[in-house]
Amino acid sequence: MNCEIEQVGGALVVKLSGEIDQHCAEELRSDIDRQLDIKHSASLIIDLGGVDFMDSSGLGLIMGRYRKMKARGGKILLARPTPAVDKLLELSGINKLVGRERTK
Amino acid sequence: MRNYMKLEIPSKSLNEAFARAAVGAFAAQADPTVEELADIKTSVSEAVTNSIIHGYRDTVGVIYIECEARVGKTCVIEIIVRDEGVGIPDVERAMEPLFTTAPDEERSGMGFTVMQSFMDTLDVISEKGKGTTVKMSKKINAGISDDGY
Repeated sequence: MNCEIEQVGGALVVKLSGEIDQHCAEELRSDIDRQLDIKHSASLIIDLGGVDFMDSSGLGLIMGRYRKMKARGGKILLARPTPAVDKLLELSGINKLVGRERTK
Repeated sequence: MRNYMKLEIPSKSLNEAFARAAVGAFAAQADPTVEELADIKTSVSEAVTNSIIHGYRDTVGVIYIECEARVGKTCVIEIIVRDEGVGIPDVERAMEPLFTTAPDEERSGMGFTVMQSFMDTLDVISEKGKGTTVKMSKKINAGISDDGY
């Protein structure tokens, strides 16, 4: 799992690649939360374009960030999920809660 | 044609990726589509993760994985993931979508729902203190014919 984080305007953009499972979810969670707290970002964009595997540990990670952003009045958007990841997002209902970033 | 494999791994989270990759490689002989293979790997990851974080929560135990492939006009992959951990006191409740025993740890509570949705059959046998066995199977429609071609 690789995670690149950068602040673009008011948004924290998290670009993930590789596989997301329970083994790496905790580290990802603390990396993202640390940057959200430092940068006070108004929104969080998680780019899933490079994620070639994700299980429900990834759903837990996204739901947790959704709750965190909602609690501080911010929003979260997901970008570029692969069909396999999107199938999981659809099953969980996350797609109804979290917006989709339209990427170029 | 029937084929099988057995695998034993310690319940370390590092082994989640290995377990799903090994089962995925085994299932490849049935010539699954990309989606079917992803469904199998995701379901194995869920079952193995459950054994690690719930079955053997405060300890390291052994996770046993068995796979059988029946490859013919209709191909079926059967997978058993078994642990000798604490077991599940109420299987029916544990299988409800969004049910989790560890909400503070940001578990989604979707593990069994994912397995149910992504596989064709799912059977969970468990009892408090007696470990958990997850049996699941998936039909692979793109398999080779009975004569091996």
